[in-house]
Amino acid sequence: MNDIIDLSILQIGMAYIFVLMVLVVVRVRGIRREAEIVISSVRMTLQLILVGYVLVYVFDHPGPLSTGIIIALMEVFAICTVLWKFRAKLTNPLRRVIVFSMCLGTLSCIFYFLLVVVRISPWYDPRYVVPIAGMLIGNSMTGISLGVQLLIEGMTTQKSIVEEALVLGATPGAATREIINSTFDAAILPTINSMIGMGIVFLPGMMTGQILSGIVPTTAIAYQIAIMLGILGAVSLTVIIMLQLGCRTFFNHQDQLR
Amino acid sequence: MFEFMDVGYGSMLSVPDLRIGDEQITSLVGVSGSGKTTVLRLLNKMISPTRGKIFFQGVCLEQINPVQHRRNVVMLSQVPVIFKGTIRDNLCVGLRFQERKAPEDTALNRILKDVRLAKSLDLNAARLSGGERQRLALARVLLLDARVYLLDEPSSALDDDTEEFIFDMLTSHARQTGKTIVMVTHSRIIARRYADVRIEMADGKCVQRACPHE
Repeated sequence: MNDIIDLSILQIGMAYIFVLMVLVVVRVRGIRREAEIVISSVRMTLQLILVGYVLVYVFDHPGPLSTGIIIALMEVFAICTVLWKFRAKLTNPLRRVIVFSMCLGTLSCIFYFLLVVVRISPWYDPRYVVPIAGMLIGNSMTGISLGVQLLIEGMTTQKSIVEEALVLGATPGAATREIINSTFDAAILPTINSMIGMGIVFLPGMMTGQILSGIVPTTAIAYQIAIMLGILGAVSLTVIIMLQLGCRTFFNHQDQLR
Repeated sequence: MFEFMDVGYGSMLSVPDLRIGDEQITSLVGVSGSGKTTVLRLLNKMISPTRGKIFFQGVCLEQINPVQHRRNVVMLSQVPVIFKGTIRDNLCVGLRFQERKAPEDTALNRILKDVRLAKSLDLNAARLSGGERQRLALARVLLLDARVYLLDEPSSALDDDTEEFIFDMLTSHARQTGKTIVMVTHSRIIARRYADVRIEMADGKCVQRACPHE
């Protein structure tokens, strides 16, 4: 079970045949994507090599500072990705809401997961903290991106409905209830769908990695169940905090639409 | 009831002095773009003046809770939004927003009759014509039993006969129950016939105030 096949550089190089295959397809079909495919393949390779060396160092020298820095870097990268994606559409209050909801939603779930569910000791053990934080932050980033996009669209296309509700005496919360509910539903749907297909349609990356590295499948499955529930919690918490607070940024202190 | 003190809204409106009386029917008359709807939106607190102050029963609007104010002073938009669902859903939506209990079907049918809308409560509201939608929205607003009704062109999609019927009903309802109505209309005939006070507007200014019955 623990006889792991180490991949040599030559073996990894042979996997690049798949990239060549895609390049041939896009060239023959006249789809102009060659540059993106090459750049993304090179970027992925370099980023993973770099992360590999960083993780080796961090695992060899575990400490609260290095683990804290890694979580902070992940959080900053995720937040910047969301802010950059919607840079022209965001007001300053909505930017602040995104930062706050990402930090509160992900950090509370990460620490609950590590300290209450997995019960790691010491709390900063990078072998657990780094991959679990990465998965929770990454999935929350995807969820909040979808949430921000749908919230902005909803408040724009359904402005007349919100305004009519206000005119009839609704609070801002009641006037935007439908938008918040449908946005939340859409934002957590990918996570729910992945839970439905889990184990039958596909084996998730974390579980595949653990099985390949020699862990007993039942242990890998136990971790996978826990991490999927953690992801669901982190995505839901992040998105609902963002929606509840983000919705208010479309109104002024007199409950009027800005 | 309402008092404007040197009120301005950007370059769209400038009203140095205006009083709207309690339990009166006031009409705002003027061409398109003269600022009539802006006045209604200021009264409903959907917007706030950029200059000056508006008082409601002696209290500055800035000091009044906006949601509570809109429940006392409800507004019928010129192009009202019809929400998803049946006629019943649309009639009760305002009450739901105000966390109030929906009345029995008998009361709902009565209010539909008041606005001359002989339709089933279970009919999908999306199937109504423009005029029918306007009457449904009017019924929805009347059902809220507010103190003040702000009506923005309540008959713009109605034929002459229905328009007369609706205004007869509205004015008699307001006089019997002591309601205040501020209505925007493009028709001087309607204003002269039904309003206690007529305010003529042009270029964002009140140019004339008249009492047609005097």
